[in-house]
Amino acid sequence: MVEVLAARKQQVLEKGKDVFNIECEKPSTAGSVSQRACVFCGSRVVLYPIADAVHLIHGPIGCAAYTWELRGSLSSGPELHRLSFSTDIREHEVIYGGEKKLYAALKELIGAYKPNAAFVYCTCIIGLIGDDVEAVCAKVEKEVGIPVIPVHSEGFKGTKKDGYKAACEAAFKLVGKDDITPVSKTSINILGEFNLAGETWIIKDYYKRMGVEVTACITGDGRVAEIGRAHRAKLNVVQCSGSMTYLAKMMEEKYGIPYIRVSYFGIEDMSKALYDVAEYFKDETILHNTQELVKSEVNALLPKLTEYRKDLEGKKAGVYVGGSFKAFSMVKALRHLGMETVVVGSQTGSPEDYEYLKEITNEGTIILDDTNPLELSGFILEKGADLLIGGVKERPIAYKMGIGFCDHNHERKEALAGYEGMLNFAREVHTSVTSPVWKYSPARIKAAEAAQAAEAAQAAEAAQAAEAAQAAEAAQAAEAARAGKEILV
Amino acid sequence: MTVSVAEENYTSTRNACKLCSPLGACLVLRGIEGCIPLIHGSQGCSTYIRRYGISHFREPLDIASSNFVESTAIFGGRENLFTALDNVTRSYKPEAIGITSTCLAETIGEDVPMYLRQYLASREKGGRDTKGLAPVLFYASTPSYKGTHMDGFHEAILAAVSALAGFGERVPVKTDRINLVSNFVSAEDLRELHSILQSFGVPYTLLPDYSESLDGGTWETYQKLPEGGTKIADIGRMGEAAGTVYLGIPPGKKDAGKWLEENCGVPLFRRELPIGIENNDAFFSSLSEISGKPVPDLWERQRSRLIDAYIDGHKYVNGKRAVIYGEEDFVAALAAFLDEIGVVPVIAATGASNPGFKAHIQGALKNTRRDVEILDDADFVTILAHARELAPDFILGHSKGLYLSRELGIPLIRCGFPVHDRIGGQRILHLGYRGTLNLFDLICNSLMEAKQNQFDKGYTYL
Repeated sequence: MVEVLAARKQQVLEKGKDVFNIECEKPSTAGSVSQRACVFCGSRVVLYPIADAVHLIHGPIGCAAYTWELRGSLSSGPELHRLSFSTDIREHEVIYGGEKKLYAALKELIGAYKPNAAFVYCTCIIGLIGDDVEAVCAKVEKEVGIPVIPVHSEGFKGTKKDGYKAACEAAFKLVGKDDITPVSKTSINILGEFNLAGETWIIKDYYKRMGVEVTACITGDGRVAEIGRAHRAKLNVVQCSGSMTYLAKMMEEKYGIPYIRVSYFGIEDMSKALYDVAEYFKDETILHNTQELVKSEVNALLPKLTEYRKDLEGKKAGVYVGGSFKAFSMVKALRHLGMETVVVGSQTGSPEDYEYLKEITNEGTIILDDTNPLELSGFILEKGADLLIGGVKERPIAYKMGIGFCDHNHERKEALAGYEGMLNFAREVHTSVTSPVWKYSPARIKAAEAAQAAEAAQAAEAAQAAEAAQAAEAAQAAEAARAGKEILV
Repeated sequence: MTVSVAEENYTSTRNACKLCSPLGACLVLRGIEGCIPLIHGSQGCSTYIRRYGISHFREPLDIASSNFVESTAIFGGRENLFTALDNVTRSYKPEAIGITSTCLAETIGEDVPMYLRQYLASREKGGRDTKGLAPVLFYASTPSYKGTHMDGFHEAILAAVSALAGFGERVPVKTDRINLVSNFVSAEDLRELHSILQSFGVPYTLLPDYSESLDGGTWETYQKLPEGGTKIADIGRMGEAAGTVYLGIPPGKKDAGKWLEENCGVPLFRRELPIGIENNDAFFSSLSEISGKPVPDLWERQRSRLIDAYIDGHKYVNGKRAVIYGEEDFVAALAAFLDEIGVVPVIAATGASNPGFKAHIQGALKNTRRDVEILDDADFVTILAHARELAPDFILGHSKGLYLSRELGIPLIRCGFPVHDRIGGQRILHLGYRGTLNLFDLICNSLMEAKQNQFDKGYTYL
């Protein structure tokens, strides 16, 4: 039995057994060793790929050092986002305030790197010492003539989700700056796609082949000017809904742009994303192009997947990722590989998200909100998973438990979006799950022994039952015979 | 020539060459048997430190957090800390919980020692539902706006020793026991230190010791508190030792070595990290002095083999120029080693703001003193700017030097922490005669490989 802290009992449920509504969208329990991060983390990962902006982290060095190159977001041009800038505040600023240092740092960085915008991330301590970051940013903006935007991402002010919101508010300040550059009638913005390992490029290529123009990617391979004209696109297509729906809603309210939520992972969700966009424009050519695209991509992909599926059929998987939309797609994508999801959870799911997870998973699946290593490792073993999908912190848990692992976080170096991403995903899962090394893992050996013992016990039970049935049948026959005899007599 | 970075008037830090204080503390706490670290502050601190540590050690790294929210930041973190202590005690059943603070907790003025007294009192009165479990609690103050991860590292060692060793009384028994307090080194290094200590045949305490807990084998079931680590009972015995060898120079005024000397009368031997022949000689002779036993033959043979290697490879390294960076003591030890083999460390840099760093490095250099730029409070953008003019041949340091390597077109030889873009960072051996030999081979071979790659044909034998 997996122990779950009393305060967390309502955050874990087993489909088909537990009937309560999963508790979510609340801060992690103190001392629970949560897999989650903080508000700052949420803001940082969303804005990170804007490659022609300076990202200055206002606070002591840790927050900047730990997020230097944290995301595997690639840029087709400038690479300012890959540098780590910090005001690196010391005791002196904690006492006397960090505004002067922030001002000097901003001026110096903008002077040296000539960015098109600057973001200033407020960390825990800035919220406490009360630096007027707004005022400093406004002053610098006036002096240098580029947007200088504070991001209110103090770590303690909520959860990672609140960080997403702060990032959306910051990005929204760039929207609407450019009303001149022409924008096509069939144009969209891609929201919540972060160009990890070049995924934005894959997706953009699909839209191009459909005849749809992409006005802005917010924030994958992001540029300040592109975001500036995003308000004139006709549709917002939101992939990472947890992080970017808020921005889409603000744009809908202010600029009247509708939005749809999509996922680019797995065959169905990828195809649906493209069809949803095509249908929105009600344009025959686009619709035709989309059909052709999906047909040719899926036809090319399926035979390749079949090869991997041969070995993966019947294997079980655990999924623990940041966003719940990604979790949905993983459940479906794994099904294409013949695999069943037995444990699934996210750091930021909403009640509706968990309801949907219940719909698409099998009986007995463990559904978790904001988990920790003890629970995760326990459920993996209990459910006999062969694979875990997660991030860096989940990887050693999987490996110690002797099962395969697929990195599906913002640090990954493999593109997993789109049809070619699905193939990469299949390859990575296959490589990990079929590796011969697992046979040496003690956890795996123990699990196999337990399974074998259970099977043997089951077989013994079945044999016993069969024997009993046979005996009963014989007794019945004897009885019948006797009765017959009696009748005969 | 020496340059103080402050003179260049850079306000911001660009690509930091340091990490924050609680990270160092957490690693020490993971190196104590049955101990779990608890970071008093926001959830993110624990998550980032876990992630960063995992990317190097590739092991689970469970670190609890007291998980501040906005109201905690306003009204104080006592209740959160108590809840966290209860929950960690219940789910991990640890022997000890090491509490380490963040910039957030320090700035709002959390009186953690007082909280801990209150917590212990309420636990003794049976007011806490921890099922009869009573882990030892101790606290390291590690605000991240003060110093680097090395400050946190030494602070946590002091916190553990002052809480667990001696218990306030002068320990009457004196033994031939050795205390070895290690600087931040790899898990493989700690295993080498064990071998060295064992060879002297006297009892010892090696602190911290994450040689197993952060580089262990594979498991049957998830281990809440991975095996290994300095035993709490052994830390308790540090006051009765014949001497303490303290590797490296702690940045703070107080450290565990001094504490043991002042409170328990244990003589203190400060030694450089044993990298290079001379540093190793000094280290081994201290162990010999404390234990009263000669240096075992085994190490004499290793030493001899190292000198033999120095001679075999001298042509490939003598006169070469290197960039080195990282923790102060680690850089000082690397500088001494490079100096021994004739490599000029054209840049010796640390991210720490340490006025003693310059003298420390100069003290380590005997042949090449004049050509070295010594940078403290440096970041990687600054290091790169200086390196461009100095035509170095190779870089010796952790993974974050990849940019330097790309920009300068010279090899990066990975060592130290973090090595997160290669497998086996935790298994790199730097210490002892064997560790030095390992680094020497790596450097020679990297330089030869770079040369081979420049020729399209005809470069096979040496």
